[in-house]
Amino acid sequence: MNGNVEQQQEQEERQEEYRLLVDEIEPKHNIVKNCFFAFLVGGSICLIGQLFLTFFLTQGFGFNEAAAVTAGTMVVIGAFLTGIGVYDEIGRIGGAGSIVPITGFANSIVAPAMEYKREGFVFGVGARLFTVAGPVLVYGTLISCIIGLIYFLLY
Amino acid sequence: MGDKCGQQSLIFSQPPVIISGANIVGPEEGEGPLGSYFDWILDDPLFGEKSWEMAECKMLEESAKLALQKIELQTQDVDFFLAGDLLNQIISSNYAARGLEIPFFGLFGACSTFAEALLLGSMLMDGGFAHRVLLGSCSHHLSAERQFRYPVEQGVQRSATAQWTTTASGVLVLEAQGEGPRVNMGTVGKVVDMGISDVNNMGAAMAPAAADTILTHFQDTETNPDSYDVIVTGDLGSVGQAALVELLKQRGFDLGEKLQDCGILIYDTCEQDMHAGGSGCGCAAAVFTGLFLRKLREKQHQNLLLVATGALMSPISSQQGESIPAIAHAVAVSS
Repeated sequence: MNGNVEQQQEQEERQEEYRLLVDEIEPKHNIVKNCFFAFLVGGSICLIGQLFLTFFLTQGFGFNEAAAVTAGTMVVIGAFLTGIGVYDEIGRIGGAGSIVPITGFANSIVAPAMEYKREGFVFGVGARLFTVAGPVLVYGTLISCIIGLIYFLLY
Repeated sequence: MGDKCGQQSLIFSQPPVIISGANIVGPEEGEGPLGSYFDWILDDPLFGEKSWEMAECKMLEESAKLALQKIELQTQDVDFFLAGDLLNQIISSNYAARGLEIPFFGLFGACSTFAEALLLGSMLMDGGFAHRVLLGSCSHHLSAERQFRYPVEQGVQRSATAQWTTTASGVLVLEAQGEGPRVNMGTVGKVVDMGISDVNNMGAAMAPAAADTILTHFQDTETNPDSYDVIVTGDLGSVGQAALVELLKQRGFDLGEKLQDCGILIYDTCEQDMHAGGSGCGCAAAVFTGLFLRKLREKQHQNLLLVATGALMSPISSQQGESIPAIAHAVAVSS
């Protein structure tokens, strides 16, 4: 028994030692550069959204309607760019900057839809449409419910 | 008949001869620094098929046909076909074997499959069970992406340590007699797991397996780094190779310039934005059948040790947080 425990300890030590070695070798992420590009790409997407919002407001929409139409427009643009194979290139540069805005949500729905079309509309597109967006929807809804409940109890 | 030697190694008494080889690669691989060594560079990663999976299968089947065509043989002249790939239930190889109609062994060793096939093929030959063996492996970037990672059009940022699954296939034909490079020895790898669980850093997971197999090979066969003029690892990439160099140094071996890696060679990693380099069953297969087979034939290399490495996880095991077991098989080929 003792032998086994010792062996296990030795193995763990060797693994730990190797992990330290790998940590040393691994190329490091350039956080400043990544943040800069995320800001640039994310900011540009938001700027375009703001331009649409302002445009719709000048066309006589109320604020709520204008916001909804803007979100819809941005989803269409995100889906279109995914369809022509451009959005993944934007994502490569922008990282979180292209994932967080609503265009990223559109991308996460359209990409699996295109990908799994070959497995058919039921087991392919239907079953896998939300593989990426699913967790966002599940936990987004869950958190909204919890916050709603807290709000209800407090006021 | 051949002999087992030491713990894990084999020495062939009648070393099988590599009489032919062929490969097909995708557009990115064709644009890479080894472009001129490949037989067939695809413009269209779909290869005229309906799906990436069928394109991958066609790549393997067509490279097999090409390898036979080069020596004017038919599929019925071959005794066995050994192949493997990365897809679930190795469908690319299964479907290619359906088309070729040659008695078939399907193999899985992840990216080490090519060396595994070469080793087993040589054993079949030396054991007297076959006169001629066809073997190969393949991978496709887009079919691997959808199985292991994200949908192709998903806008995600790749990790700096991530490797790029190559779109490539490579096939060899072995014969008992003839002219060409010979497979002299081999070392069958053990599964080694040093606790790395990051699927975006497979090179680091595989390096300890490569080190283990290389050191065992030296010990078993009483060879040393001077016995070889080049030692080629499968697809450790830049991070894995750096780890391997350190691990070998700790044991007193410095291979220096002799150590090369198919995953690093196949792309211009900076120019092509491939991060740590290439990976996939097709990587070692295409680089060996393209670059190294030619160099062996032209006698630029006399003795080569191919050490193909494989990361043996699945998307399920990695989602469940398990670490990545890895394997490396070594095959010694002389001109």
